Amino acid sequence: MDEKLNEILSSFKGKQEELIPILQRIQAEVGYLPSDALLKVAEFVNLPEAHVYSVASFYEQFRLKPAGKNVCKICKSTVCQMHGASRLLEEAKKYLRIEEGNTTSDLKWTLETVECIGICAVAPCVIVNGRVFGRVTPQKLIQLLEAVEGES
Amino acid sequence: MMLKDFEAFRLRAMREWQEMHLKPFVTVGTASCGRSVGALETLDAVKDFIAKHSVDCNVLEVGCMGLCYCEPIMGISVPGAPRVFYGKVGAEEAHEILEQHLLRGKPVAKYALGTVGDGIVDGIQNLFENPFFKKQLRRVLSRCGFVEPTNLNHYIATGGYEGFLKALSMEPTQIIEELKNSGLRGRGGAGFPTGLKWELARKSTGDEKYIVCNGAEGDIGAFMDRLIMESDPYSVIEGMTIAGLAVGAKRGYIYVRAEYELAFHVLEKAISTATQHGLLGRDILGTGLQFEVELFKAAGMYICGEETALMNSMEGQRGTPRLRPPFPTQSGLKGMPTVVNNVKTLANVPLILRNGASWFSSVGTEKSKGTVVLSLSGCVERQGVIEVPMGITLREVIYEIGGGIANGRKLKAVQTGGPLGGIIPEWMIDLTLDYETLRDVGSPLGSGGIIALDDRTCMVDVARAFAEFAKKESCGYCIPCRLGTAQIFQILDEIAKGHGKPSDVDLLVSIGEAMKVSCFCAFGQGVPNIVLATLKHFPNEYEEHIRSGRCPISCKLSEGG
Repeated sequence: MDEKLNEILSSFKGKQEELIPILQRIQAEVGYLPSDALLKVAEFVNLPEAHVYSVASFYEQFRLKPAGKNVCKICKSTVCQMHGASRLLEEAKKYLRIEEGNTTSDLKWTLETVECIGICAVAPCVIVNGRVFGRVTPQKLIQLLEAVEGES
Repeated sequence: MMLKDFEAFRLRAMREWQEMHLKPFVTVGTASCGRSVGALETLDAVKDFIAKHSVDCNVLEVGCMGLCYCEPIMGISVPGAPRVFYGKVGAEEAHEILEQHLLRGKPVAKYALGTVGDGIVDGIQNLFENPFFKKQLRRVLSRCGFVEPTNLNHYIATGGYEGFLKALSMEPTQIIEELKNSGLRGRGGAGFPTGLKWELARKSTGDEKYIVCNGAEGDIGAFMDRLIMESDPYSVIEGMTIAGLAVGAKRGYIYVRAEYELAFHVLEKAISTATQHGLLGRDILGTGLQFEVELFKAAGMYICGEETALMNSMEGQRGTPRLRPPFPTQSGLKGMPTVVNNVKTLANVPLILRNGASWFSSVGTEKSKGTVVLSLSGCVERQGVIEVPMGITLREVIYEIGGGIANGRKLKAVQTGGPLGGIIPEWMIDLTLDYETLRDVGSPLGSGGIIALDDRTCMVDVARAFAEFAKKESCGYCIPCRLGTAQIFQILDEIAKGHGKPSDVDLLVSIGEAMKVSCFCAFGQGVPNIVLATLKHFPNEYEEHIRSGRCPISCKLSEGG
């Protein structure tokens, strides 16, 4: 972990304006932002630890806890809701047996909702492991989740 | 490349573009909307088919032409005949169409959207005669879906960088004058005159100046900036370069929303290609002009679309808004004079330089010049991204371009401008689309999102859904917004669930009015628009919920469609 972190930090200069890109890189490599890493980043960019934590906890993108191996995100913007997003969320909760915003105890799945992701013309949309799917029906959602389960 | 070599480069690009049309080629739209419904599978199917049948044919990945409801879209061009575009083409349909059209020369009318180019194909109309296109005036969108987005030759062969070359021969003040004469106003929502903004930044002093392209599109129901960044990235880059030249900035940033990964990659490739060709960098075309562009990937949060919050986040801070004055043009990013322009605003700039201010202002209304790019979604038959002259009526957009309301339902209201926009009831849809008209009725045009709501929509539920968004996205910086958004949501949620009290209506109005005058930034000030509009135009629905304890229509948003 330390080694990985040092390697990431070595590609930055340590300027304050690099804070968000640094946190993004750590999250991309580690999957979340461990508190040890935040302390080290604070030292690296020469900012109070509280500042780094306040930034890390402000932005939606950052996770302070490990996420599941697979992440299912359901768009719950108004347009997607008009086309049945709430039912998709219910189906996903039932299938994965977790509430929105939670991770399964075996760390296999995280279920989240997202705000409008800008493909409203093919609503409703879901994102499974970074891939965006449009015109999703409850049946199609289950197929997508099953396909990911089959792979792992 | 040096300035003197540009003309030869342009001629070569044009020749290549013409030669491309002398051989069969197939295009597949692989922007985000297409990909989300299988465009990459369609692309694979096309490549397999061509390899299997050893056809001498190019395959091009193009962006999105805005007909998002028909994705995936495939086009087939055979020399001597017009190009035919097909809609909803999955892998299976692709096989059938390629077999008929490419191998046997018989276009397949049942999947066709229309033809482009000279000539007639039996049973298939010209694409631009299609009602979706007929009333459009496509300027900013002209390349989208027709060129390879990161192919610099395609961009230049279709008039790209002509605006920049013209700007190079002008004094910076002349460029600004041209922009001012055009009447171009910021397309991100505020509608501030672009030329004036540039002039203010030019006159400000600072060791450095910056041009920031705001690609933080986050409005619910807005997806045109994504489409432009994915489908015609050079138009944004060229617009920024002209801005840099006019303002005296040497560095530009494109702030791209976290979720827009494809747009980020497309822009990354376009920036690197433009740099390799000397169109960005320390010595552009050997003229000594310096302008470099970097990408900044956002980390989420709707508020970062607000320009001062955006700049804070670029500086490694929480994305909360700043007090103004000072305005960004005086003291913006890192305290330096900064121009923040929306994607669409910048994409208009090369066209204005190339064709002149009077060309730009030849369409539009007295105070809102040019065209407006809108994203159309919700209950309309045809959803997607369109470009129309300012001053078109909402009726034309919904009924002629959008094809009316889907599933035989009736229109109830139109939501414009995203979460900070407003609601226009059906009986007001003869209003014209321009900054002034919509602002005057309390439903700003915003960034151009248009969501049609049909007669099954409960307006309390719509207000509740937007309030939930506002509550979640309030940055928490000022108290009226932090508390107000939470209170509005709580009250609306209670009403929607049948637990409303008669006094709730007045309470909503007083909270909303208080937020409008006391919130720190445009977010908190804009949030009450939707709830106040639904209260004004649909008071009966609130009364009915409160009186009977149930929804007269069925709150389908909260119940799951």
